[in-house]
Amino acid sequence: MGSSDVVIRVEGLGKKYALHHEKPESYLALRDVVARKAKSAGRLLNPFTLTGQLRKAQREAAAERAASEEEFWALKDVSFEIRRGERVGIIGRNGAGKSTLLKILSRITEPTTGRVEIRGRVASLLEVGTGFHPELTGRENIYLNGAILGMTRREIRSKFDEIVDFAEVEKFLDTPVKRYSSGRYVRLAFAVAAHLEPEILVVDEVLAVGDASFQKKCLGKMQDVSRNGRTILFVSHNMPAVHALCSRGIALQDGKVILDSDIQQAVVNYLGSGSNYVGRIDLISHPNRERGLEPWLEWIELEGADQGLELRKPVFIQIGFKAQKPIREPQFTISFATLQGEQIFVLNSSWQTSSIPETLDGSGTINCQIHDLPLMPGRYSVSTRLWVVGEKLDDIPSFTEVDVSWTYRKPHEQPYQRGHGLIYVDAAWEVLSNHSNITTGYFR
Amino acid sequence: MPAARVLRATSNRDPANQWLVLEPNRIEKQYWQDLWRYRELFAILAWRDIAVRYKQTFIGVAWAVIRPFLTMVVFTVIFGRLAKLPTEGDAPYAVLVFAGMLPWQFFSTALGSCSDSLIANSNLLTKVYFPRLIVPASAVITSFVDFLISFVILAGLMVWFQWWPSWRLLTLPIWVVVAFAASMGAGLWLASLNVQYRDFRYVVPFLVQFGLYVSPVGFSSAIVPAKWQLLYALNPMVGVIEGFRWAIIGQGALINPLGFWLSMGVTLLLLVTGIRQFRRMEKRFADVI
Repeated sequence: MGSSDVVIRVEGLGKKYALHHEKPESYLALRDVVARKAKSAGRLLNPFTLTGQLRKAQREAAAERAASEEEFWALKDVSFEIRRGERVGIIGRNGAGKSTLLKILSRITEPTTGRVEIRGRVASLLEVGTGFHPELTGRENIYLNGAILGMTRREIRSKFDEIVDFAEVEKFLDTPVKRYSSGRYVRLAFAVAAHLEPEILVVDEVLAVGDASFQKKCLGKMQDVSRNGRTILFVSHNMPAVHALCSRGIALQDGKVILDSDIQQAVVNYLGSGSNYVGRIDLISHPNRERGLEPWLEWIELEGADQGLELRKPVFIQIGFKAQKPIREPQFTISFATLQGEQIFVLNSSWQTSSIPETLDGSGTINCQIHDLPLMPGRYSVSTRLWVVGEKLDDIPSFTEVDVSWTYRKPHEQPYQRGHGLIYVDAAWEVLSNHSNITTGYFR
Repeated sequence: MPAARVLRATSNRDPANQWLVLEPNRIEKQYWQDLWRYRELFAILAWRDIAVRYKQTFIGVAWAVIRPFLTMVVFTVIFGRLAKLPTEGDAPYAVLVFAGMLPWQFFSTALGSCSDSLIANSNLLTKVYFPRLIVPASAVITSFVDFLISFVILAGLMVWFQWWPSWRLLTLPIWVVVAFAASMGAGLWLASLNVQYRDFRYVVPFLVQFGLYVSPVGFSSAIVPAKWQLLYALNPMVGVIEGFRWAIIGQGALINPLGFWLSMGVTLLLLVTGIRQFRRMEKRFADVI
């Protein structure tokens, strides 16, 4: 276990992003730059206002500096070492910096501070099917995707049959993948990635796709990979999967390493950390908001959630929206999932009774009432989205976590456990017949 | 055999044993090495673009022939017949136009696809590492295939006019390389500016349109007055087109040697600064896109 075993060494790693407040400035338009430059040049050239303008320019520069200090450290002073053959789970809530860390390790983005040393080939799997082209056939996409993931043509050719077997797509090899079912598409995409043989494999949340049996197959494949002495870095919200695959856990919070321990302790720590619900939640600058979408959903409030929700009690949820343009048949959704990422139920304004107009415009507030909350006690993560038919307009996954309690249970009752299930289903129980020796008078 | 394999696995050049260091603003010495290592990806991306292009459009291949042919006909009629501009030597005007049209079409389509290439492949740039230079380079290769196809028209024209090329035609590969350099250089500039300033893509079609008129595509550069020749040669496509005409028509081209070399110099400068600009922007692509 000498230092020669170390394959990844991270020292004081930091990554800074500039935070933009206004949407239009998320990318720079040339016209803005030209306009700004032209204006200031014009003013400066006027000799009568020169000194005043200079002072003003200084003030503006100072303000601009202050504004540019609105920066965001996705990672700050992260250090760790990983040895050959270790299987490390990187865990933490959304926005903790996991993805940024993986992006730096896979060389997609540069660190702002610090240093990373890596020994060996790194293959990163931040998404399944990167670069798949819908017009190309399954066979062509295997070669294309393999090359993108860093395989040589020889490697792909030697593993081709294995990949096809794994994905179960023999019959569709010469069909364009645009005609594949989504399940088949994902299977093929994962199969290519699963046959990578790098020294270090970096995987982000890809097991969240496909059906359960395929997920199991993928997990098995990754365990095989690690048995061959390869190093794996794995990010997922699927705690059972992390637990099954990894031996060590690094927990991140707000861009810092808060725990580096065996996986058991890291997972427990993750599941147990406090609920973060506070009153009305701003969605516009929410860290989980999916990038690139316009902020249609502005805020959300779960009434009384700071005290915890209650099983079988009504829940009132208000959403503040602002339509970016008039849309037809909007579908607001609110979904509840376990902290392990398993979806429990989805409310969709077009499935349930709703008075939302067919054409939505302007801004306003929407109320959603759950008549009686069917969730068993525990902590749940809540997500909200806005759809129109076939298109997602806004998406804020797990914007908060809420606790659900069961207060009116009889005091002597056995405490609730997860083994009792996730949802409460109302039912009525009655005795139809009872042959008893006990004579209570009632059954007489 | 096994001995050789062991030797390779333990040698310092083996990527499995090499330390890769990632630091802010590190000038990666291994960049050009990486570029070589990722050559297969380069080939396959170029192949993808070509395959998709000819799969999607029914008239795909025909399109590469029809467009330059019709433009050539129009130019020949307008500049040759109506404006009665002189040709070079005794070359048929259509051949003169087409010799200019070949590199121009290549340049303009390469410029367009090159400048869009990074945005179009943003899903790749944010998910996997590879030297980003591969993306615009494979976009240029795609345009090169169209270029090769339109050579068929040139051959047809030569047979039609019974215009037999001289030995100079053998120098054509040199001019193709120069055309490549000019397209890559300008393309890299536009590609990286396009990522930084998203409205730059509206500038590109204008540049191409504008370039068509300031380049000697429909006419011989000999008609440009002598005192403007040097200024004219600052346009890199002037050198490229003159080179093509010299190789295909023979006499007449290379009217102004000084201007020609100036044009070559500008092309080289464009390529070198284009690569430098691209490299400087490259590490930020994933954050900006």
